[in-house]
Amino acid sequence: MVLGQNKKNNFLYAFILSFIIWEVVALIINKPIFPEPIYIIKYITQSFMSEMKLHVLYSLRRILIGIFVTVIIGVPIGIIMGYYDKIDSILSPLVYFNYPVPKTALLPIVMLLFGLGESAKIIMIFLITFFPVVVNIRDKVKSIDDEVYYPMYSLGASKFKIIVQIILPGIYETILTSIRISIGTAISILFFTENFGTEYGMGYLIMDSWMRVNYVQMYSAIVVLSLIGLMFFISIDALERIVCPWKDND
Amino acid sequence: MISDMIKIKNLSVCYKGKKVNAIENVNINIEKGQICTVVGPSGVGKSTILKVLAGIIKNYEGESTIDGEEVNPTIHSIGFIPQNYGLVEWKTIKQNIYLSAKVKNGTKNIDNEFYKKLLDKLNIGKQEKCYPRNLSGGEKQRVSIARAFLLKPKLLLMDEPFSALDVVTREDARRLFLDVWNEHKVTTILVTHDIKEAIYLGQKIIVMSSSPGEIVKCINNDLFGKSYTLESEVIENMAFEIKEMFKRGI
Repeated sequence: MVLGQNKKNNFLYAFILSFIIWEVVALIINKPIFPEPIYIIKYITQSFMSEMKLHVLYSLRRILIGIFVTVIIGVPIGIIMGYYDKIDSILSPLVYFNYPVPKTALLPIVMLLFGLGESAKIIMIFLITFFPVVVNIRDKVKSIDDEVYYPMYSLGASKFKIIVQIILPGIYETILTSIRISIGTAISILFFTENFGTEYGMGYLIMDSWMRVNYVQMYSAIVVLSLIGLMFFISIDALERIVCPWKDND
Repeated sequence: MISDMIKIKNLSVCYKGKKVNAIENVNINIEKGQICTVVGPSGVGKSTILKVLAGIIKNYEGESTIDGEEVNPTIHSIGFIPQNYGLVEWKTIKQNIYLSAKVKNGTKNIDNEFYKKLLDKLNIGKQEKCYPRNLSGGEKQRVSIARAFLLKPKLLLMDEPFSALDVVTREDARRLFLDVWNEHKVTTILVTHDIKEAIYLGQKIIVMSSSPGEIVKCINNDLFGKSYTLESEVIENMAFEIKEMFKRGI
């Protein structure tokens, strides 16, 4: 079961509460710029397949590829930095120097180098999610007690076997936490990048609806974007329960 | 005449960035099938000797050989039980015990009958599917013993293995260890700061003093395995003598 009954109830309560607050605020403001939530729900249920599905699929594809590339490149680098102190001392300054650079400022450069197509958007997601993933994984690997390795060293275990048998399973939880954090960041940067060189994607749809003064469509797209995030979080929680069984085993 | 299996000659170790040697000119000979306890106050370099024999510390002066060959964990089968047992929190007890085999030769060579016997003997059969965090200190300790014995090592190194246990559990654990050891008679070096533990578990006792760590005396111990309640006076006398050696050494 993906969600426990308690969690399902909590989601339902959160949804009802958000709905009530939104309704009250909409009634107070009473302007087209803040429509009542019922219109949004109606729009999503009636027009999702015809007007939003394609945008959702484009955005989903960009998020998934971006985060996949981050995990494939960032996790091994994080492991190597965490396990080998010498490599960490060389790479850490580079990571610390590049981590705080505002990645949105790099968008023009990325576009000039990689064009206006899909690759620039995916690279932007990679750039913004890569550094936190590397630092999280490195810190987790460093936190593994040396005593865990000693019995393996005394048996002549190779570093490769130690990484595969001990470190990798030990960082599943951190990889998932990193992905969880990355998703929020990826969605934010995606909204920004989808305003350039594309006519598909939730970012494009939101800005396009705003410029056409179609506030109901704009809010619907924002809600759907939030639901995409929610779906990712639920999936990661479920995956965590499968790959990290020690967490719940009391 | 039984030949010495372990020979340590003029062993000196200096840790990186330290001016004083952790141990200096240490000479130890241990016969095959013997338990040797190394006793001394904290910080005299007892664990350093174990780390050299386990192949963890490779940068040392002097000689350390097993059966005439320089220590090499890939050739020699060496079991290591660290102070806090070195169990992997994200693996079940069975996976933890099998881990030593996995990193050495693969699980195909595991003697399953021996594994089951070990679990029965150490009374941890029911905890096979549990995770370390669900076990008491005593149970974790028994798991680490099972892991070390599973590969039938040539040499067993134990670094203060009972120090984290309460008094009652500690006594049971020592007795149980001797039970298992008596069946296999694996050459063992056990490091401890508990003098009575050194007397109970050591056929040979090596007394160390600090700054830098040196051997004060080697004692062939007739009180090995003797019950404290039956021999309390003799054991107390011997413990007093060893304590005096600590002081003189310092």
